[in-house]
Amino acid sequence: MKLVVVSAGLSVPSSTRLLADRLAAATGRYTSVDVQVVELRDLAVEIAHNFTSGFPGRALSAALEAVTEADGLIVVTPVFSASYSGLFKSFFDVLDQDALTGKPVLIAATGGSARHSLVLEHALRPLFAYLRAVVVPTAVYAASEDWGAEGLAERIDRAAGELGRLMEGLGSGSGAGAVRGADVADTADVADVAQAADASVAVDTDTAAAIAPRSLDGALASADRFTVIPFEQQLAALRP
Amino acid sequence: MQFGIFSVGDVTADPTTGRTPTEAERIKAMVAIAQKAEEVGLDVFATGEHHNPPFVPSSPTTMLGYVAARTERLILSTSTTLITTNDPVKIAEDFAMLQHLADGRVDLMMGRGNTGPVYPWFGQDIRQGINLAVENYALLRRLWREDVVTWEGKFRTPLQSFTSTPRPLDGVPPFVWHGSIRSPEIAEQAAYYGDGFFHNNIFWPADHTQRMVELYRERYAHYGHGTPEQAIVGLGGQVFMRKNSQDAVREFRPYFDNAPVYGHGPSLEEFTDQTPLTVGSPQEVIEKTLAFRDYAGDYQRQLFLVDHAGLPLKTVLEQLDLLGEEVVPVLREEFAKGRPADVPDAPTHQSLLKAQEVSVV
Repeated sequence: MKLVVVSAGLSVPSSTRLLADRLAAATGRYTSVDVQVVELRDLAVEIAHNFTSGFPGRALSAALEAVTEADGLIVVTPVFSASYSGLFKSFFDVLDQDALTGKPVLIAATGGSARHSLVLEHALRPLFAYLRAVVVPTAVYAASEDWGAEGLAERIDRAAGELGRLMEGLGSGSGAGAVRGADVADTADVADVAQAADASVAVDTDTAAAIAPRSLDGALASADRFTVIPFEQQLAALRP
Repeated sequence: MQFGIFSVGDVTADPTTGRTPTEAERIKAMVAIAQKAEEVGLDVFATGEHHNPPFVPSSPTTMLGYVAARTERLILSTSTTLITTNDPVKIAEDFAMLQHLADGRVDLMMGRGNTGPVYPWFGQDIRQGINLAVENYALLRRLWREDVVTWEGKFRTPLQSFTSTPRPLDGVPPFVWHGSIRSPEIAEQAAYYGDGFFHNNIFWPADHTQRMVELYRERYAHYGHGTPEQAIVGLGGQVFMRKNSQDAVREFRPYFDNAPVYGHGPSLEEFTDQTPLTVGSPQEVIEKTLAFRDYAGDYQRQLFLVDHAGLPLKTVLEQLDLLGEEVVPVLREEFAKGRPADVPDAPTHQSLLKAQEVSVV
């Protein structure tokens, strides 16, 4: 399964990245994963450009795609000014708001002091709840003193176990709560459109039909996340 | 294939002089640009519609009516007409009137507009943007096609036995394009009616435009209007030219760097690499524009943006000279090569009138 790690650490070496790597390694002990790390530092300029130009550059585009297609995510941010870093938030601002629907996410943060540990609960968890991710119960905070203290390894292990088990349970591609579109008259046609829309991506029509719960009934999402509501349906919905 | 220009109608300070044109100067400049478009042999002039500063074209048919009186051949169009916040009754009336004044040299492009506050100024809600586009356009079609309309919907007061006047010229409604950058619902709407689909193609990478156009083409065929290749596609483009490529880059850079919408973002080089913007010689513009066909297929209308970001009128007119003399003649010739015979041209009043006469016989 694909595990994507998003790290918002800025320094090299970075304690944020160190925590991210330990969480990824621990998750690998619970389920078989291919790990891809997205370092937001390398994407900082493209993320800023996305805000001004409205579209992602090539490297950012690849990172957004990796996150969208992941079976599970580990996201780690340093604590800046009592919250996640602006760069961390900006990455999730330019991500499609449906990209994380139903996806298992482990949230983690680093900071200079343990006094900010509830950032995970008052900032990160609501953010990922809004994005309709399935956030694992254990969030991992590592203050400077934790790296020399007992307890961090156990929290990493507990959180990784929760993520691993969630990925096993949810990561099959037909996420919980998905709506089947099989009873829509022209499912096949729209699947064809999806196929035509990007020939380089093999379209899983089951997934195309099992659309994001955010969509209206009968809407079908193609592989590149275009959603098509057959026009008659759109028109009929407006009849008084 | 049709070639033309489309204008946003922004009033922007020239970053090289700091001077901002007056509204009167900008409006007159737009008219001069439209007349020049005809003079250099282009086919289409399209104006945007905006209801907030720094834009001036709030009243497109007033401007296009004036341009109609000063031109002979130019097709007058919009980019876009706000189908969301305008009353479809007024759109039906305004554009039928323009058709009569312009002897049929009229089509229009539906768009939704993307600025939240504009909607409530016109009694609407941006969250209903797509639904407004769907309902209002369905009514607009009836107003042009049925002499007496009785209608009830969600967003407008009902109509009882209403006749929109004047009736469309020769009983032929203007051809309609639907413009959308990112909403598949609009590609679907255009396909459903067999109308044209226009992708602005300026701000986003080509692969995105390609997916939107392919979606429209497939759905056009699905609804039985023809093959996917016969669907009516228009694309935007954005160019700045000088004979010498380096001169074009040097002159355009301050305008690019400070441009509304995308200024203060990616560099000119990054933006030209990732989007259809071309800053260079006429030959470079020809090459990049011809490549649009690689991802959009054989298409019907190419509109260029040439007059924004504070560029002085004199510079814009020089751009039009280069388009008319060096670029468009080559594009016409090259786009004609290998174009299948069954790929239609963009519908015009004359072609629609002919089709109507044939179907009556």
